[in-house]
Amino acid sequence: AAGMFLRLLSDVRWRAANPKWRRMTCCWRSASSTAEPHPVSLPAQAQVVICGGGIMGTSVAYHLSKMGWKDIVLLEQGRLAAGTTRFCAGIVSTARQVSIELKMADYSNKLYQQLEQETGVNTGYVKTGSISLAQTQDRLISLKRIASSLNVMGIPCEIITPKQVAQLHPLINIHDLVGAMYVPEDALVSSANVSLALATAASRNGVQIHERTSVSHVSVQKGRVAAVETDRGEIKCQYFVNCAGQWAYELGHSGEEPVNIPLHACEHFYLLTHPLKEPLASNLPTIVDPDGRIYIRNWQGGILSGGFEKNPKPLFTEGRNQLEIHNLQEDWDHFEPLLSALLRRMPDLEALQIMQLVNCPESFTPDMRCIMGESPTVRGYFVLAGMNSAGISYGGGAGKYLAEWMVNGYPSENVWPLDLKRFGTLQSSRTFLRHRVMEVMPLICDLKVPRWDFQTGRQLRTSPLYDRLDAQGARWMEKHGFERVKYFVPPGKDLLDLGQSKTFYKPDWFDIVGSEVKCCKEAVCVIDMSSFTKFEISSTGDQALESLQYLFSNDLDVPVGHVVHTGMLNENGGYENDCSIARLSKRSFFMISPTDQQVHCWAWLKNRLPDDSNLTMEDVTWKYTALNLIGPRAVDVLSELSYAPVTPEHFPSLFCKEMSVGYANGIRVMSITHTGEPGFMLYIPIEYALHVYNEVMNMGQKYGIRNAGYYALRSLRIEKFFAFWGQDLDAFTTPMECGREFQVKLEKGMQFVGQEALLEQKQNGVYKRFTMFILEDHDTDMDLWPWWGEPIFRNGRYVGKTTSSAYSYTLERHVCLGFVQHFDEKTGEELVVTTDFINQGEYEIDIAGQRFQAKAKLYPFSSLFAQRRRKDEVELSGYQRE
Amino acid sequence: FYLTPPQVNSILKANEYSFKVPEFDGKNVSSVLGFDSNQLPANAPIEDRRSAATCLQTRGMLLGVFDGHAGCACAQAVSERLFYYIAVSLLPHETLLEIENAVESGRALLPILQWHKHPNDYFSKEASKLYFNSLRTYWQELIDLNSGETTDVKEALINAFKRLDNDISLEAQVGDPNSFLNYLVLRVAFSGATACVAHVDGVDLHIANTGDSRAMLGVQEEDGSWSAVTLSYDHNAQNKHEVERVKTEHPKSEEKNLVKQDRLLGLLMPFRAFGDVKFKWSIELQKRVIESGPDQLNDNEYTKFIPPNYHTPPYLTAEPEVIHHKLRPQDKFLVLATDGLWETMHRQDVARIVGEYLTGVHHQQPIAVGGYKVTLGQMHGLLAERRARISSVFEDQNAATHLIRHAVGNNEFGTVDHERLSKMLSLPEELARMYRDDITIIVVQFNSHVIGACQNEE
Repeated sequence: AAGMFLRLLSDVRWRAANPKWRRMTCCWRSASSTAEPHPVSLPAQAQVVICGGGIMGTSVAYHLSKMGWKDIVLLEQGRLAAGTTRFCAGIVSTARQVSIELKMADYSNKLYQQLEQETGVNTGYVKTGSISLAQTQDRLISLKRIASSLNVMGIPCEIITPKQVAQLHPLINIHDLVGAMYVPEDALVSSANVSLALATAASRNGVQIHERTSVSHVSVQKGRVAAVETDRGEIKCQYFVNCAGQWAYELGHSGEEPVNIPLHACEHFYLLTHPLKEPLASNLPTIVDPDGRIYIRNWQGGILSGGFEKNPKPLFTEGRNQLEIHNLQEDWDHFEPLLSALLRRMPDLEALQIMQLVNCPESFTPDMRCIMGESPTVRGYFVLAGMNSAGISYGGGAGKYLAEWMVNGYPSENVWPLDLKRFGTLQSSRTFLRHRVMEVMPLICDLKVPRWDFQTGRQLRTSPLYDRLDAQGARWMEKHGFERVKYFVPPGKDLLDLGQSKTFYKPDWFDIVGSEVKCCKEAVCVIDMSSFTKFEISSTGDQALESLQYLFSNDLDVPVGHVVHTGMLNENGGYENDCSIARLSKRSFFMISPTDQQVHCWAWLKNRLPDDSNLTMEDVTWKYTALNLIGPRAVDVLSELSYAPVTPEHFPSLFCKEMSVGYANGIRVMSITHTGEPGFMLYIPIEYALHVYNEVMNMGQKYGIRNAGYYALRSLRIEKFFAFWGQDLDAFTTPMECGREFQVKLEKGMQFVGQEALLEQKQNGVYKRFTMFILEDHDTDMDLWPWWGEPIFRNGRYVGKTTSSAYSYTLERHVCLGFVQHFDEKTGEELVVTTDFINQGEYEIDIAGQRFQAKAKLYPFSSLFAQRRRKDEVELSGYQRE
Repeated sequence: FYLTPPQVNSILKANEYSFKVPEFDGKNVSSVLGFDSNQLPANAPIEDRRSAATCLQTRGMLLGVFDGHAGCACAQAVSERLFYYIAVSLLPHETLLEIENAVESGRALLPILQWHKHPNDYFSKEASKLYFNSLRTYWQELIDLNSGETTDVKEALINAFKRLDNDISLEAQVGDPNSFLNYLVLRVAFSGATACVAHVDGVDLHIANTGDSRAMLGVQEEDGSWSAVTLSYDHNAQNKHEVERVKTEHPKSEEKNLVKQDRLLGLLMPFRAFGDVKFKWSIELQKRVIESGPDQLNDNEYTKFIPPNYHTPPYLTAEPEVIHHKLRPQDKFLVLATDGLWETMHRQDVARIVGEYLTGVHHQQPIAVGGYKVTLGQMHGLLAERRARISSVFEDQNAATHLIRHAVGNNEFGTVDHERLSKMLSLPEELARMYRDDITIIVVQFNSHVIGACQNEE
């Protein structure tokens, strides 16, 4: 049956129609004929070897060759476009939640549209448009949010009524709909042929394509890719690209130096039918019914319909031979809920005859975002895989970004949300992946409300205080495998069943977090922040200081005991990391970074620190429990526990002291809280954690101490205008653009990474500016809450997007943080953003299509917050993750 | 008066219990995958009992159902004690010595059994000391005997049954200074219980049966259908051999009075049982014990009543018949059940219902469209029907519960009729016993992989 389908879906005639092609790609052509399997031998070496001839591999080859890299070999273990690419439904949809994914899909659409003209290969591209249906009001809100971001990207898109849906599609039952989103430029393609077209173009540009060649492993020398071993011999190379789709995990683990690519396959089913009596028009819009968990497209006069069921079937957990992909069984009983949803949506299809139920495995990742980038452990080893069922939509854009990454050192957009380095070895357990993807696949259709958390694969990394906090009502979220407290439910107030906090409006924890914030402001709170990434860097001589001075923008040659907030910048001055560094002694430094920096920051420093055995870097994350003591009474608690003077006179802001707390000695106490509130961070060797926590809570009782969570912390830091890395800051944001010039020492007497770019910005000005917005006419109880990614309008014109938001319990208003750009009204060209430009505008924030007036500010409300500061150096950091 | 489906379910599930043999390193090396058990009372309180335990000092697992009559005291005592007697009978000499030494010197005792109990399956705290002393006397005798031979399971089972019945009888004759205990041991001895016990060790399955409960093996034929193999003989009037046996054990003159109205001496349905000293002791002994016993016993007409034509006791024995069966890969499960089940259901139906339940959906042939012309609507209807069928199976998470549902609720077409089920379950206490008996069921599921592997080794 699969064979029949292959013939149906792919148009094999294109090769005959293009005689020129035959001569040019002899190796490919002969490999395709059955008589002589491998007439052309593999080259002994190449610059790049790509493994995988699906949409990803061919797209990377296409873009690399376009950018001028010619010495490329693409290896495919079976036939080109014969894996998931062959079977996928071929829907190009730009309706994406994450902005980088949206950009990739938009680029893909534009690329595919002109691909036939460029290559002569029939790609089956038809612009049909797509309609996403909403059966509930919440779903409609979610669609409106997407529509807002599509519109500001210049992608046509509108919210339409059920009646309009009926006009666009003749078969749809609209009785249970409340609305829909129409994206007229979405398209359909034959995915296999898109892949073949990309291969054709790449081949013309000199890329060598070898089918029926499987990669056994990648050889590594001195931490770099050296060669690729195949069943037909070795190819020496500088770069390897793993585009092996659902086999990427196994391939990554096949070598001596494992590269962890966390993805896992699930079975995916779709239905093909014979044509209708009156065959469906080929330009009929594709229907996506997320509440019914299905999609429906026209296919050869009939329909193709599949979906994402609630109970997915993961497979290949133990790793399998790829041949089995063709032997997967149809499972009608499993498909029944989706078939019911289909017939409910289009009742007239009852009489339509079934052609086939296709079982096509897809790969899914732990966070529903694809995986791209360079391995943190093996240089030159790139990955592009784990498309979560959107391979065709992302294929073009993802290939482009990866090619840019390889050629230029970094893509032209911030791809951190997709970066392989957001994962570490902790996500490589097969059991974890199996469990997590069973949650991820249904999530593709689930409603995504603000602050949802994964339920599977939890409680992997925990603080030693986990049980204590849990017993006190902690509610948890997870970051990089680490359990962190959101807030504490007071005893006797167990209101929070999951369903209720799933809302786009005011959530049920509002008052709980409010009281935690109040306690931080008026008394003292303790927050367990042990998940922070912690490195120690030390040397025998001055190597540590010299290296760090070069790699960090602030001046680290400070007296021992000082804490410095500094960015770790790239050549363009953008933030690779944002951290606090304490100088422990003349020759050793203690570095605190965001939780999810553990892999990225380590790789970044490892690759740049001199290879010197006298200079050591150690990841001590697991060695310390971090307690954040926030509030005006923190000083009292700490002084009573340490019998040491810790008032601002003796222990000013931004200092680090090793002291005893209770019976425990050797606690690293820093006078920072990452919120702008007074207080201390306590870095406690883990065996003392429980003791210190108990002492703090006992002693704190008379000062009204209580536990607090990250939601309170977030509210505090956002109302203080603290940006944090990964949410507000990224590799394309410089300190100049977010008002952090004071954290850069341009004249520190030596060069540092990013210095030139910053100097230039200082002279010429910046093109975007981090700005704080206070929502004016927003009713906290009644209106939709902002989240992040909301468009910002200045005098009615789009100027940028928000990056984070929170309710400020002090201001009693919502605060959004975001970047403002200045586009020329006529040309759209980006202009310098000045302080005046920011200050002289009327602003509005668009939440799901509804605009709210906002007041823009470039500096925090210092007057609102009574602060005791010795120096005017304010603590402006905050890299707490949401 | 009508019970809703959830109410019916809560009644049916009140006593259900499941045990899965724990896996070691991802593998279950036992020939038993686990068991489901359940009981549905008709008497108030229920007179059936069940037990399940894993032998810790020898290999193997013990499972049993016990059907009490004239009260539940005897069934309760047997359900608590019998497995200890069996386990001790199976123990090698050294282990017995070790245990005795531990008791002697007050050290911690090696655990002998790991029980798998439903919270309602209670043990009598008051009698534990008494029971323990009797058991200790038994193993001390075994130590003194020291046959030196390896223990034969069949023999061990027979010895354990006989010994326990003997102890029950002795305890009642001796009495106890504690008046509560004294009354208890008398109630145990004057009431009765049948027992059907399985011992599973690898491919060796032994069934020891006393009375009219029954063990049945579910066998899956090559074509996937289910058949039943009975692994016990009912000891009642329907069993010709049993009637013969009773007759040969007594003088010819009594022959016509031995079995009347299908009952032993016209009174007792099972022909073998624990307790029931009224059918075992001499008339003098019965009178002496009753007279010296507590008032409650004296006031009880039943205990004072001497069966008619009672000349050459004992008429009743607790000695079991033991059947040995070598498990084969096609032997998928074993059903142990009291007569309450077998009165209402044919063994062939039991085999089919449990078999189909255990294999569940996996057994349902997957649908393939192939070259047929099927429309979406037809397929939808077909799938909905299949799902309905599956969901009725999956209402129960326990094979024994599923069987009870059928036993009580089956209509003439062999499918569960909710209305009938509701009626049967809402009968008032005094009427329930007229329509149905206590039902107790244990369904043991076998591990075909392990059994297949064992077979190959042999």
